Amino acid sequence: MKKTDTIIIGAGPVGLFAVHQLGIKGLKSVVIDNLDKAGGQCIELYPDKPIYDIPAVPECTGEELTKKLLEQIKPFNSEFFLNERVEEVKHDKENWIVKTNNNKEFSAPNIIIAGGVGSFEPRKLAVKDAEKFEEKSLFYAVRDKEKLKNKNISIFGGGDSALDWALELSKFSKICLIHRRDEFRGAPHTLSEIKKLEKEGKIFIKTPCQLDSIKGKDKIDSITVKFDDGKTEQIKTDVILSFFGLVMKLGPIAEWGLNMHKKTIEVNAENFQTNKKGIFAAGDICSYPGKLRLILSGFHEVALASVECFKRARPNEKYKFEFTTSSKTIQNRLGKK
Amino acid sequence: MPKITYKDKDGISKTVEVENGLSVMEGAIQNEVPGIDADCGGAMACATCHVYVEEKWLDKLPKADDAEVDMIDMAHEPKKNSRLSCQLIVTDEIEGLIVTTPVKQS
Repeated sequence: MKKTDTIIIGAGPVGLFAVHQLGIKGLKSVVIDNLDKAGGQCIELYPDKPIYDIPAVPECTGEELTKKLLEQIKPFNSEFFLNERVEEVKHDKENWIVKTNNNKEFSAPNIIIAGGVGSFEPRKLAVKDAEKFEEKSLFYAVRDKEKLKNKNISIFGGGDSALDWALELSKFSKICLIHRRDEFRGAPHTLSEIKKLEKEGKIFIKTPCQLDSIKGKDKIDSITVKFDDGKTEQIKTDVILSFFGLVMKLGPIAEWGLNMHKKTIEVNAENFQTNKKGIFAAGDICSYPGKLRLILSGFHEVALASVECFKRARPNEKYKFEFTTSSKTIQNRLGKK
Repeated sequence: MPKITYKDKDGISKTVEVENGLSVMEGAIQNEVPGIDADCGGAMACATCHVYVEEKWLDKLPKADDAEVDMIDMAHEPKKNSRLSCQLIVTDEIEGLIVTTPVKQS
């Protein structure tokens, strides 16, 4: 079990700035996130889209903001646990114990939940039996392409993931690329490659259609797709790959006994503590009267939460408000001389 | 204020008045209309405010741009009349608009 002063759930901009606000107060933290990289919605949903309302930064993309925040918190050497989803939160005397889906355990007097709208998960196919074949012959990501050799593979989606995997896997498997529109969205080079392979009979393209049903007992035998004009077609299929992006799921957070309002956690706007002492929520996931879902609001929220975190983690020390411009202690913590 | 009607998959409908300039998604959230999640809050990044627009209204609405069309690909059971309600801005022109929410949003 890893001990720290504060466990931060969510590595989006608000979780990252929490590291900073805790760090300048001398508090250690760890950051846990379900994605494989830091940045949250900024990196997953709009890495290239400009953001115009970060104070003193006239314009920056989601990716740039993430990079800058990571640079800003570097002096604090917080440990990141990525690809980990927090499953359980338990109370143990003065501390909270957090357990992830990979059975990693953490203990701290404080938890800051900066989980956005929940964890990102692949958008799943909604047809009957889809779940039964999941991780056997229906996949939402390719982990081991060796297992996809010499198969009949039906790929769903019209974006980069679907196109890139169609190209890659066509080298050693029969590919059927299925999309609900005639138009695909990808790099021009990828699109022309796909067209070429279609002419050569290595990739079959079915549009505009959607998955109607899956046939098979223990493994998939075939699928049926339905075209916009109502016609259906059966396609011999061993493996389905589905690339419909990610959705955000609140997941286990709803089961931690916190007061919730719709999909958000209720906090008081004084220190952003929830109904459980030592558990804080900040950013998109918290709600209080007047809440705005802005990154800058999240920054303010973790600044205030970090003060209460200090009081709980250092009960015998007096909290002293300090400015970064004048405090030698803070400057030392930031590695400035 | 223009009236907007939200129908669910079972045909149960709720009509609310929505201020000009707000989105059809915001109208639903402010009036606690079920069936529209709007997880990303209107950033056109999640497709959980997906609605079907009744035919006669389709032409009265500005066309979906590429980013919206791409995002609709991700929605649950998209159809030809699918739109993201966060991109539909309420004006007097669309007074009486009827949208249907899908079976589910994700």
